[in-house]
Amino acid sequence: MNKLWRFNGGVKLSGFKSLSNAAGVKRPPLPKRLYLPLQQHIGAPAEALVEVGDKVYKGQLIAASSSFISAPVHASSSGTVVELKKHIIAHPSGIAEDCIVIETDGKDEWHSSISALSNPDALDLDELRSRISEAGVVGLGGAVFPSGAKLKPTRSIDTLVINGAECEPYITCDDRLMRTRPREIIRGLLLLRRLVNPTECIIAVEDNKPEAVQHLRRAIDELKSEGIGSVSTVRVVAVPTLFPAGGEKQLIKVLTGKAVPQRGLPYEVGVVCLNVGTTAAVYDAIYEGKPLISRLVTITGPNVKHAANYEVPIGTPVQHMLDIAGADDTGGGEQNRLIMGGPMMGHVLPNAQVPVVKATNCILVEPKADVVPTTAMPCIRCGSCADVCPMHLLPQQLYWHARGKAFDKLDHHNLADCIECGCCAVACPSKIPLVHYFRFAKTEKKEFDAKAIFADQSRVRMQIREARIAQRERELEERKAKRKADRLKKKKAKAAAAAASANASVDDQDQASNGVSV
Amino acid sequence: MSVLLLTALALAFGVFLGFVAIKFRVEGDPIVEKIDTLLPQTQCGQCGYPGCRPYAEAIASEEAEINQCPPGGEAGVQALAELLGKEPMPLNPDNGVAEEGPAMLALIDEETCIGCTKCVQICPVDAISGAPGFMHTVLDVYCTGCELCLPPLCPVDDCIIMVPVEANIRTWKWSNPEAVGAVL
Ligand code: SF4
Ligand code: SF4
Ligand code: SF4
Repeated sequence: MNKLWRFNGGVKLSGFKSLSNAAGVKRPPLPKRLYLPLQQHIGAPAEALVEVGDKVYKGQLIAASSSFISAPVHASSSGTVVELKKHIIAHPSGIAEDCIVIETDGKDEWHSSISALSNPDALDLDELRSRISEAGVVGLGGAVFPSGAKLKPTRSIDTLVINGAECEPYITCDDRLMRTRPREIIRGLLLLRRLVNPTECIIAVEDNKPEAVQHLRRAIDELKSEGIGSVSTVRVVAVPTLFPAGGEKQLIKVLTGKAVPQRGLPYEVGVVCLNVGTTAAVYDAIYEGKPLISRLVTITGPNVKHAANYEVPIGTPVQHMLDIAGADDTGGGEQNRLIMGGPMMGHVLPNAQVPVVKATNCILVEPKADVVPTTAMPCIRCGSCADVCPMHLLPQQLYWHARGKAFDKLDHHNLADCIECGCCAVACPSKIPLVHYFRFAKTEKKEFDAKAIFADQSRVRMQIREARIAQRERELEERKAKRKADRLKKKKAKAAAAAASANASVDDQDQASNGVSV
Repeated sequence: MSVLLLTALALAFGVFLGFVAIKFRVEGDPIVEKIDTLLPQTQCGQCGYPGCRPYAEAIASEEAEINQCPPGGEAGVQALAELLGKEPMPLNPDNGVAEEGPAMLALIDEETCIGCTKCVQICPVDAISGAPGFMHTVLDVYCTGCELCLPPLCPVDDCIIMVPVEANIRTWKWSNPEAVGAVL
């Protein structure tokens, strides 16, 4: 048994996982239309490559990655592109963003370019990396960071962590994935291992998922007996169930005892961390040649008849999934509050028309009647929030400064480090919506910083303009002065010439007179 | 990620600004500099001075009050008051009112533009491009929304209008919890 560490704070929560983790993975019928947002990841939006009327096939590239930190989008089924338009997306703002709309033809026909590689283990590292990027693989644990960009660490790596902790209540898609596809996860891990070259590999699972742990361990033994030697570097570790053990920095602390520096990234302490879903997507991309076009989504809630995990094509409207899971009998979007993600870190969806995206791990259907409105009471400075904060922050201080929009103080107290886990809000006896304050303060600060940069830019542009005008005036002045000087010179010269010629004529006259006189 | 990006941007700007500061040094009184950094650099002239810096100079010499900049809003007055150790005061309505709502940018109607170049000459941040006799365009990443280019400067009615910046998920902001009922 290897030593485990503890992260600061955290809270024990009821899991509600049995609502959805009993049944196997279900495949829903295709929706009539798929809405594929160009931005489903952190970074620059993808650029559409198709036009209205184009016939597309399953797995076909329809929008290209536009920079190093970006990800392409692929058609998740066959059909026709019927619209390129702004459609409401899974974002708390309810703002519509650019989407490619595909009317499915029901045939679910693969694109001709999709085929399994003959010898994936022979791929060189650059090729491997670019295939992962080209398959549109992004972090499926919620961060949706383009995975390719993570797999080129600039220092040596000690530990590759595959995150199967799944600490949020209600969500069971990773649990189900680990039980259904343990071999694929481990083979995906071995591909990642080639890329980052760690000394050890750990798959971490919260100890409330013993079946997942068992399936993974059995798969490791199988692969070992099949002669895949590198699998012996892989350990499956059950970590204590404590929210948010699945947070990247918390999990790294628990497994290795290392603290990722504030505002730092895991590779700085020699760790690369990816989610189990991402790892399976890497397997699909390399061994099967399939891009990321579907994912497991937990559809759950107290009144959802067929609460389970569904293999959902990206772009499927949430409403379609609610109908299939039998969540709609109670009125769907009207009577229920829809949350994308879990109750702690998820956010409320604007409506059920939004499509499932790469980041959608769960749709939690909460009857509105169950949502008790709470009134916040004044802060009593009890300090409970700081006790549970897994990021070592002082939520109470952040709260005061968020109210006062004291950006420098928020910076000083490391607001940017807050992972919005919600532990503080759960612990707060005054029921202050602390996370909402922090989200509010973060976007206010972002705007404030953007404005400051813009103001600097405007000041510089104004100065450049003034300098240019001054320069032009100076030149004008100089030219004027020169002209004046020239004129003066000419005048003088003329005057001199005139004087000279006058003298000359006088001389002439003199001469003449002289002549005459002569 | 956005933090990284912002830091990178800030750094890049820092370097650029450093360079520009040397190249275009404005002989400066440090207090004027400090005041100037608190002004929004809209360069609209609503304060009664021909730009943010002249206003900063006027504040420094106590010729102007700190409440004459509508784009800076009450928050701007507050920041100036803190810097100068003065009492915050409400914005002077003679200078205009602080606009609520989304930021506005100038938009030139390509159909009606006659290419007179008047707007190019007035724009304080070189945000308009176009040659004499040709259609002109506002480079919206640079436009500060100062409104100096609007008619009557532009001789064609409705050729230049102000339009709100379209909301997107990158600039969207969370509501203030206090405004949505989580009152204390
Ligand atoms: S939401 Fe932020 S401040 Fe609150 S406990 Fe989590 S990390 Fe700490
Ligand atoms: S837990 Fe709530 S009441 Fe206690 S200090 Fe934190 S914010 Fe204040
Ligand atoms: S384009 Fe018009 S409104 Fe925009 S900064 Fe230039 S002059 Fe001002």
